[in-house]
Amino acid sequence: MTQVVAVTGNEAVANALRQINPDVCGIYPITPQTDMMQRFASYVSDGKVDTEAILVESEHSSMSACIGAAAAGGRVVTATSSQGLALMWEMLHIASGDRLPIIMPVVNRALSAPLNIHGDHSDAMGARDTGWIQLWSENGQEAYDNTIQAFRIGEHMDIRLPVMICLDGFIISHSIERIEYLEDAEVQNFVGPYKNFLPLLDLDKPKSYGPLILPDLYHEYKKAQHEVMAKVTDVVLDVAKDFEKMSGRSYGLFETYKLDDADIAIVILNSAAGTTKDVIDEFRAKGVKAGLLKPRLFRPFPYRKIADALQHTKAVCVMDRADSFGGYGPLFMEIVSALYHAKDKPLLMNKIYGLGGRDYLPEHAETVFSELIELANGSPLKNVKEYLGARE
Amino acid sequence: MATGLKLKELSKKEDLFTHGHRMCSGCGAPIVVKMILLATDYPVVASNATGCLEVSSCIAEYTAWKIPWIHTAFENAAATISGVETMYRSLKKRGKMDKDIKFISFGGDGGTYDIGLQSLSGAMERGHDMIYVCYDNGAYMNTGIQRSSATPLGADTTTCPAGIAIPGKIRPRKNLTKIMAAHNIPYVAQASPSNWMDLMKKVRKAHEITGPKFINILSPCNRGWRSKTNDAISLSKIGVNTCYWPLYEIENGVTKITFKPKEKKPVVDFLKPQGRFKHLFAPENEWLLTKMQEEVDTEWEKLLKEEQCV
Ligand SMILES: Cc1ncc(C[n+]2csc(CCOP(=O)(O)OP(=O)(O)O)c2C)c(N)n1
Ligand code: SF4
Ligand SMILES: [Mg+2]
Repeated sequence: MTQVVAVTGNEAVANALRQINPDVCGIYPITPQTDMMQRFASYVSDGKVDTEAILVESEHSSMSACIGAAAAGGRVVTATSSQGLALMWEMLHIASGDRLPIIMPVVNRALSAPLNIHGDHSDAMGARDTGWIQLWSENGQEAYDNTIQAFRIGEHMDIRLPVMICLDGFIISHSIERIEYLEDAEVQNFVGPYKNFLPLLDLDKPKSYGPLILPDLYHEYKKAQHEVMAKVTDVVLDVAKDFEKMSGRSYGLFETYKLDDADIAIVILNSAAGTTKDVIDEFRAKGVKAGLLKPRLFRPFPYRKIADALQHTKAVCVMDRADSFGGYGPLFMEIVSALYHAKDKPLLMNKIYGLGGRDYLPEHAETVFSELIELANGSPLKNVKEYLGARE
Repeated sequence: MATGLKLKELSKKEDLFTHGHRMCSGCGAPIVVKMILLATDYPVVASNATGCLEVSSCIAEYTAWKIPWIHTAFENAAATISGVETMYRSLKKRGKMDKDIKFISFGGDGGTYDIGLQSLSGAMERGHDMIYVCYDNGAYMNTGIQRSSATPLGADTTTCPAGIAIPGKIRPRKNLTKIMAAHNIPYVAQASPSNWMDLMKKVRKAHEITGPKFINILSPCNRGWRSKTNDAISLSKIGVNTCYWPLYEIENGVTKITFKPKEKKPVVDFLKPQGRFKHLFAPENEWLLTKMQEEVDTEWEKLLKEEQCV
């Protein structure tokens, strides 16, 4: 029996973690994540979960302790944002290099300096190359559903990798939405018991975790990490299939909206996709064939499938809520890479939008679609990358 | 049944830190580790900070550790083992673990006094049931003898080299053992491999106490100390006998000096055999020798007073 509730994104994800009842949870505050782990801490205090919370003194120690706990042998979660994720950076590589399926919601927030607590994607994009699987979520429902699926993906015996679930700071973490909760037993049953793999606490077969590896083996070790990533997409799709059977909600590697016959399209991550879809309806009503592609799985990035979905369009704008200063936006770089090998490819432009929580409004999407119409009709592209809606 | 601390019986115990590791010959660290594991009569899981001990004891696909061992990074051996220990408690609570396991963290002075101080402080404050062991060789040895906050006054290191303008390290050591005592944890101690019985007794005692414990152990490094390869034990003995490295413990806030040298030797006895202090014996640097002696005396007097304060 589905329960329909009106809750914030943070509350929904905290509830998913309660339903999963992990063995260990690392807790450290940072806006806008704080309230998610606070909620989880009260589940611990109220005996609603059996989890041992570890109330660390920093995010670096949180990830270090999570690595120790996961290596010991059990289900481990933590959550963070922004500076917290940045502080963890060193340890993120170690979690994935040690193949430990730690699950971590990341409530996306801008990075300092200057200090800004609001939503953008700079934090998770900075963790793009850390060897974690990344699932992105448009709204509270997707964040909840992705969190539950993340355990099955990361803990899959062919995968054993940590997973980040990204959701937009404040816009999703603090907005109340209609969300459908699964039943506790359904979630428990879906996720299943934790399967151990080479646990450190197995005294009968002592193991050494974290050796020094010299040039004779390191290269092969990293190749193995690359190869396991190649298996992730199939697992994500299998898990999504099972999830749909249980919940009725379907997930893929990315979502498309009116893309099949589109001439122009926007590629955009997370909450801004919702606004874009509304504007697409407006343009469709005017007879413009506009569409959208919203990546869900960002790491590993499904290059081929995304290229297939976009290659028939005439012009595409890739919207980035993060910048790689001196380079293009991180999502744009992926889309360009995806389309490079396609037979037909659209014209491409890159807009940087919504940094530090700047609102992304329907008129922004309207501007972009109008530009795309011109581009598709043969107008020259002035700049590949531009900031959208910046004050003069 | 715990084995007695008799050489005859200890010699029959299996070495849990084996030969084949690649630390320099004559290094103090493997001696310290062996003593600790010999003194441990429980199943034990260890974490290790990046440093000489770590890089030389587990090089893929070999390991010198016959116990479960984990290295993650440099500054977080305490946080890492705190996670292992937390999972252990969680599994126990859920009835998935029935063994009694002890947890030890090993870190060098750089990984403990400096970059790992926060992680250590956090783990101690949280009250994990673990022993943190710092093997203090007084510098970042693994990266080539750079100064740490444990480097003694006057020492020549590669980042505070004894030059014409600056005669080596001009700051005294940080008193980490006291900093750990200030965490009000149940057990803090200082030990030295020269006094093996004292060291092993401290480890045994620490294992019997629930909660966070910290032991700081002097660990000679002939590379960094510019001393002979066969002097790890004799040098650590002089360190103790000069009161440069006093042997004491603080149990539930009560200080006890566990070894008082019959005759307190001058600190130059400790400095002379070490090339890193060679320049101190030049006439213009004599003030540093005086300062060093004064510091050792002051700290020793403080410790004696502290012991009487019970
Ligand atoms: C974050 C980080 N900074 C620097 C290093 C480089 N590093 C590795 S080992 C080491 C020195 C270790 O010194 P210490 O803890 O005293 O142990 P020792 O090698 O002396 O036994 C340093 C600086 C590192 N691995 N990680
Ligand atoms: S450099 Fe020093 S601490 Fe490192 S292995 Fe050699 S003797 Fe031991
Ligand atoms: Mg050192």
